[in-house]
Amino acid sequence: MIADTFDLPAFAVFIALFALVTGMGFLASRWRKPSTLEHLDEWGLGGRSFGTWITWFLVGGDFYTAYTVIAVPALVYASGAFGFFALPYTIIVYPIVFFIMPRLWQIASKGGHVTAADVVHARYGSRKLELAVAFTGVMATMPYIALQLIGMEVVIKALGLNGELPLIAAFLVLAFYTYSSGLRAPALIAFVKDILIYIVVLVAVAIIPLKLGGYEAVFHAADAAFKAKGAGGIVLAPAQYLPYATLALGSALAAFMYLHTLTGIFASKSGDTIRKNAILLPAYTLLLGLIALLGYMAYAAGIKPATNNDVVPLLFHTLFPGWFAGFAMAAIAIGALVPAAVMSIGASNLFTRNVWKAYVNPAVTPAGEAQVAKLASMFVKVGALLVILFMPTQFALDLQLLGGLWILQTFPSLVFGIFTSFFRAPALLAGWAVGIFGGSYIAWTDGLKPLHTLHFDGTAYTVYIGLLALVANVLVAAVGSAVLGTAGSKK
Amino acid sequence: MRALLLLLPFVGLLWVPFFNVTEPSLFGFPFFYWYQLAWVPLSSLITWYVWIGVKKDDAP
Repeated sequence: MIADTFDLPAFAVFIALFALVTGMGFLASRWRKPSTLEHLDEWGLGGRSFGTWITWFLVGGDFYTAYTVIAVPALVYASGAFGFFALPYTIIVYPIVFFIMPRLWQIASKGGHVTAADVVHARYGSRKLELAVAFTGVMATMPYIALQLIGMEVVIKALGLNGELPLIAAFLVLAFYTYSSGLRAPALIAFVKDILIYIVVLVAVAIIPLKLGGYEAVFHAADAAFKAKGAGGIVLAPAQYLPYATLALGSALAAFMYLHTLTGIFASKSGDTIRKNAILLPAYTLLLGLIALLGYMAYAAGIKPATNNDVVPLLFHTLFPGWFAGFAMAAIAIGALVPAAVMSIGASNLFTRNVWKAYVNPAVTPAGEAQVAKLASMFVKVGALLVILFMPTQFALDLQLLGGLWILQTFPSLVFGIFTSFFRAPALLAGWAVGIFGGSYIAWTDGLKPLHTLHFDGTAYTVYIGLLALVANVLVAAVGSAVLGTAGSKK
Repeated sequence: MRALLLLLPFVGLLWVPFFNVTEPSLFGFPFFYWYQLAWVPLSSLITWYVWIGVKKDDAP
């Protein structure tokens, strides 16, 4: 299982950092020690006590995932300027967070809600709508966990370790300390992960251009490569304007509907904590913009990655000594642990509150809830591991694409109720169904692509399917609510 | 009403043809790139300004 690319200094640094965070993961159960961990608010939300800095590290650590660090430069390497839609996406997401999330937090905190589906059930009293929101959350997040595993797989391979054993070992360790420490584990590890990533990226964006002749040379090399390929470019083609803008907007609306981001929001200690984070979290976006540029630096460095996902590992191995490459790979692998842990905790919270408590055992105690959630988190992680081991990688990527479309369809049910009492549960459920099934159908018939081309008056408009489905979703929910409004009674 | 300022980043970043050019460049970065990167601190600043307003409204 050891390949000829094996590099001892890189491997030693990697193992040392990995051991450090594993120790932290287990010790986290004693960090900010509560009177008991046997309560879902403690295991699943860290006691709803995280202040500005912990929330900044935690949400930054689980929103900007390891997969982002691999996939964004890969997309930029493959398609150029288009891959940068992640930048406007992760800027405009924060005004949305600032506007919506403090109010949502307040509702959740007052009502003792742990999940988005809890909030929806309390607002509308509809078990069906609650289940729809819970089911969508789990379906959208599972492939996201699998993607984190792909990110880890890429860096483990780059260290010269082949075979699946290292990946399985890393993931089992993660599963055990999440089981024992709950949300405190990723919250504590996020400090290490984020600091490592900041160091890696700042060193990379300072040193690499120096070695390659400056940023101007980097952009020139990329421009020349795209012209030679005849595809992509360092600015957008006019036909890409609408796809670029709609992908950015749709992704920004969907981003905080996911389980991992919402869990980070619900775990914070006040609405003002969230507002301050909407101001401070863009620091990570600056980092992401710089990470994206690694895709162009690959051209200037003249490396030839076997697949687009290898761009980042190969760039570090080519331009840096072994120990720093190992440091960078460890940063990415640890970067996968934080979101994977928070995602599995979010999914377990949903299962416990909106399936187990709702249908199996309504009389479950808080301690019983914590126990169910801990076991569920094991199942979720093992499930994601099996998907990666036994399904083609493309399967996880396709599901992740559809997952973004799906999670966006929960936006009206979760958010509209905060601002207006106009909408009715059956109408929201109908809108959700139209969005989910209509959107999936269009994506499926287009060959699982995120974009769909519409024709009006002979002009073609290419837009993000998730946003298209959301428009249909909202229309159905609005018309349905207007019709029911006169007959139905408000809950 | 300050909250309406939160719409500015949407206008600045979703109106793509406005910034889809290479010149003027800055420190070797084509306009497309430094313009969007510049919106990161700008958007933070706008949000901070709105937050100050919210705090005033909350005060008794």
